Amino acid sequence: MAAASPPEPGSVIVSLRDVARSFHSTVAIDEFNLDLRAGEFVSLLGPSGCGKSTALRVIAGLVPPSRGTVSWNLEDGLPAAERLGFVFQEPTLMPWATVAENVRLPLKLMGDTRRESTPLVDKAIDRVGLGDFSAYYPRELSGGMKMRVSLARALVAEPRVLLMDEPFAALDEITRFRLNNDLLALWQSLRKTVVFVTHSVFESVYLSQRILVMTSRPGRVFKELVIDAPYPRTEAFRTSAEYASLCRQVSQVLSQVIEPGVVEP
Amino acid sequence: MSATGIDLTDRRRNRRGWRVHAQRIILPLVVFAIVIGAWELLVRALNLPPYQLPSPSLVFDTLIADWGVLSASLIVTLITTLEGFVLAAVGGIGLAIVFNRSRLVEYSFYPYAVILQVTPVIAIAPLLLIYLPQQLAVLACAWIVAFFPVLANTTFGLNSVDHNLAALFQLYGARRGEVLWNLKLPSALPHILAGLRIAGGLALVGAVVAEIAAGAAGAGSGLAYRIAESAYRLNIPRMFAALALLSLSGVIIYAILAAISTFLLRRWHDSAVQPVG
Repeated sequence: MAAASPPEPGSVIVSLRDVARSFHSTVAIDEFNLDLRAGEFVSLLGPSGCGKSTALRVIAGLVPPSRGTVSWNLEDGLPAAERLGFVFQEPTLMPWATVAENVRLPLKLMGDTRRESTPLVDKAIDRVGLGDFSAYYPRELSGGMKMRVSLARALVAEPRVLLMDEPFAALDEITRFRLNNDLLALWQSLRKTVVFVTHSVFESVYLSQRILVMTSRPGRVFKELVIDAPYPRTEAFRTSAEYASLCRQVSQVLSQVIEPGVVEP
Repeated sequence: MSATGIDLTDRRRNRRGWRVHAQRIILPLVVFAIVIGAWELLVRALNLPPYQLPSPSLVFDTLIADWGVLSASLIVTLITTLEGFVLAAVGGIGLAIVFNRSRLVEYSFYPYAVILQVTPVIAIAPLLLIYLPQQLAVLACAWIVAFFPVLANTTFGLNSVDHNLAALFQLYGARRGEVLWNLKLPSALPHILAGLRIAGGLALVGAVVAEIAAGAAGAGSGLAYRIAESAYRLNIPRMFAALALLSLSGVIIYAILAAISTFLLRRWHDSAVQPVG
């Protein structure tokens, strides 16, 4: 692994210009523009089916855009695993492999030998607090722990960008709060660029510096909101009046994009 | 949750596990003993001659007395079964991988695999015996019936890969071979093993069918040939003895394959994991 220099903080590392993507006759996203700056935490917030997952998959290169461009401003020849990590809504672990082997996957596909990858794998597992569970199989872990493994896998190759597709939506609230806190702590220490897709106003306000509220059918960025509350954000922030008022503001914006009669938090 | 609470439920669960285990072994044995006992009594009470219905004790005696002939035949049949099974496993899994790589190949050849499967092997066997040397014809029959379940199950397994995992491999730029080896084959393993479990028994069936069909030609020496030969000679006790050996072989083949399957999947697949948390 070459120790490539990380991009300048604040420089644009991914640009989406006028991106559209349709599936058959359904337009999932249209006229979608986004500049991702190095080190920032951005949330895509919107109702179900607004195309936010599609936007994420277009950024990841999993789905080619029907129109428009996605351009990356990173050093040439960077392996995919060092460019980006992806966390799905489900943990998406290989059930036949241990925690360590699941986390090792990106490095293995990059061509690293076991000897090269083992220290990185151990570090990534420690970082998400699962140091004692390396030899466990996914079925032996709780939902929250599986999600941590998924996060460790996404971060093991130190990617520049971390894409997360409603990663904690299926977890109970207590587990989700803990994972939100741990994710923020990781983000502050690693300074990755994070794009976080969610339909939860509370989650997006708690985590992000910028929230892009999306409209549905077709998915477009309706409004960009800046959350300038300082980090580290802790449980104290979650119970503050400032947080409540920010959530209210974001909810009001969100209510403008949701059709009348459909209420979503 | 207190530690004792966990202990208690664990112990209770273990005890129930043992009881279920014991029942699954003991109950079929009880049924076996009752049926054999009733059979023995019936033969003795009605004083049936052996050429009508031999008693279980006579069948057992015949098994011991004719062990030389029968065991030699058993080995012939088991070798054919094993060869047919190995060829079916290699051919079935290999063909499924080829099908998975190329839709065109799959569309072109899959219907013929189905035709081969749905045509009764007993009807194919005489033809094979005309065109192939007998040993090869018997092997071909074992292969024909055994390979389809492997092919069908492996094809199904390779196609039922988790979409997000597949996306992840794509994201990290995995090559085709890496996807096959690290994702598709492990995902398909439970299905492949299920196919092999069926194939083991079917390979024996195929071998026996071909031997029976060849029986009239008279050059064979497998266990099914002994059955056909004993039938011509009205040696009914020996027919039963050979039949018992065939059944026992089938059961043992299945048990071995099931044990291998459970062993390979023991850590991760719900079908094999002990339900003790």
